Amino acid sequence: MPEAVAAARRLTIGEALREAIAEEMRRDPDVFLLGEDIGVEGGFGGAFGVYLGLVEEFGHERIIDTPISEKVIAGAAVGAAVLGMRPVADVQYADFLFECMDELVNQAAKLRYMSGGKIRVPMVMRAPVGATTRGAQHGQCPESYFVHVPGLKVVAPSDAYHAKGILKSAIRDDNPVLVFEHKLLYGSKGREAAGGLDLTAEVPAEEYLVPIGKAVIKRPGADVTLVATHVSLYRSLAAADLLARDGIECEVIDPLTLLPLDGETIFGSVRRTGRLVVVHEDSLTGGWGAEIAARAADECLSYLEGPIKRVASKDAPAPAAPVLEQAVLPQVADIVAAVREAVA
Amino acid sequence: MHADGTKLAEQADGGLRESLYRRMLLIRRFEERVYRLFLEGEIPGTLHQYQGQEAVAVGVCDALTRDDWITSTHRPHGHALAKGVSARSAMAELYGKRTGCCGGKGGSMHLGDPDVGMLPAIAIVGGGNTVVTGLGLAMKLRRRDQVAVCFFGEGATNEGAFHEGINFAAVERLPVVLVCENNLYGASTRYSRVALVPDVAERAKAYGVPARIVDGMDVLAVRAAARDAVAAARAGAGPTLLECKTYRFTGHSRSDARGYRTREEEARWAARDPLLVLGASLNEATRGHLEAEVKGELDDAVEFARDSPFPEPGDATASVYA
Repeated sequence: MPEAVAAARRLTIGEALREAIAEEMRRDPDVFLLGEDIGVEGGFGGAFGVYLGLVEEFGHERIIDTPISEKVIAGAAVGAAVLGMRPVADVQYADFLFECMDELVNQAAKLRYMSGGKIRVPMVMRAPVGATTRGAQHGQCPESYFVHVPGLKVVAPSDAYHAKGILKSAIRDDNPVLVFEHKLLYGSKGREAAGGLDLTAEVPAEEYLVPIGKAVIKRPGADVTLVATHVSLYRSLAAADLLARDGIECEVIDPLTLLPLDGETIFGSVRRTGRLVVVHEDSLTGGWGAEIAARAADECLSYLEGPIKRVASKDAPAPAAPVLEQAVLPQVADIVAAVREAVA
Repeated sequence: MHADGTKLAEQADGGLRESLYRRMLLIRRFEERVYRLFLEGEIPGTLHQYQGQEAVAVGVCDALTRDDWITSTHRPHGHALAKGVSARSAMAELYGKRTGCCGGKGGSMHLGDPDVGMLPAIAIVGGGNTVVTGLGLAMKLRRRDQVAVCFFGEGATNEGAFHEGINFAAVERLPVVLVCENNLYGASTRYSRVALVPDVAERAKAYGVPARIVDGMDVLAVRAAARDAVAAARAGAGPTLLECKTYRFTGHSRSDARGYRTREEEARWAARDPLLVLGASLNEATRGHLEAEVKGELDDAVEFARDSPFPEPGDATASVYA
């Protein structure tokens, strides 16, 4: 958080994202929005209200309500970006990204390369992730699929300050950037499912950017490095509080960007602590935690003093019943147990 | 079918007919040359060839300016040459050379060049049908007097992307022209086996998009239809679908022996070869002169490609990101 903030206010992530978009739309006439239910009068302002009020300022020409056609949402964003526009597209739930895998993976990520570097695809795709008792097709965290794609950038902000700054950077980036936001983190009240957290953060009134590719140390600690995003980040911070009582100091890192990964911050920390636990809500096998674990084994082996641990959702689709859902999701107790194994 | 081709040919002035013929001839001879070089092991990869369909690429691209854009398919050589990629640049790309239009990173299936208004060809069937709407959207938002054309085969109309793309283009009245090259077969599968609606043009009606069936072997017929569609798009009237009935004279790709279609059917279409249809209105001396010109251009292109340097292996990871 920057020091000497003149007019800091506390904003929710939803409010911060809305500010980021509005500021970039005022700044650059090439920025426009594309998605379902985003500008309809009397509508929702997008599935989670992030766009509420924007159509009044920017009009329907720059806030385009599409048919329920995710392939064309992503494909239109690609085409418009090729001609120099800066589309901010979104799908209502990240699960729907699978509808437009071709447009994202074969077109957005590869057209520049296939052209021999002659074109750019400066587009943003926003996608809400996370299990919220909506079941298997509205609760996935599919970041890892896209972390595997050269040509894409993948960011996953978890608080209002970083969400605003990194979305602005994503809009200005000349590459396709996927922005994954967690559904339980949009609101202000601190929903019970998110642990009753106060999810507002200080956001300066003056303009700032948060760079893509730079991780943030949320809590310094000497004994073990904990890397986590979204709700898992807050659960990791809660686990760190509990472990501190027993004298185990966790260094909690929010990677913020999953592709490209900030190896300097993350593996620099691992070299200091000698221990690594990665936590994510995506399921375990092949998740982005595996990539961090593999790189730690490769780049930090001589520094490691304990096993690298991964805490993730169990390898099952998200169930609907709350009791089942919680059984699948990584809990604070799971994180505490993993840290104890890492430091044992 | 569109108005009689011969009548149109009579109406077109000699200079135009010569120019169109030369462009079609360049594509035909380019493809024949490339096939031989491929068999001789000079050109790597695979090939999807365009012989037989030249009238579509040339007729449509003649209705466009350099500022207009096209998207293409896994069979893009003809589109690239028709839109203005030079024979040198295209040939060098097929050779995998640094001087190719994509620096060797695209190859046969991704020929293209933004400098002439052509995206790297999209080799996923239906892939261009959504991307073209974004090109059109950018043109509309910037109020540019441009048009975006999507080339696709009849096979693409069974992809979801076709339906999402045409509907969105219609709803947003985008300056887009959808050019279906109906060559009857998706790889080896006959269209009538996989669609109960015999004409692709019929499908456009479901989206409120005007459509025309065009003789895709008659470059003047294609050109006339394309000029109307492009004019409508420029005027803000939204998309048109042109279904060009055509035929690929070769197999789907280099390894295809065409066992799924009859030699009689092939002979019927060969009699309507677009070079014969237009060439009938040119005299033999003119045709001979154009042959010689095209041969010279292709000799030069091959020499250029052969003499060009390969990319450095270190270039392989460049241009992944901007």
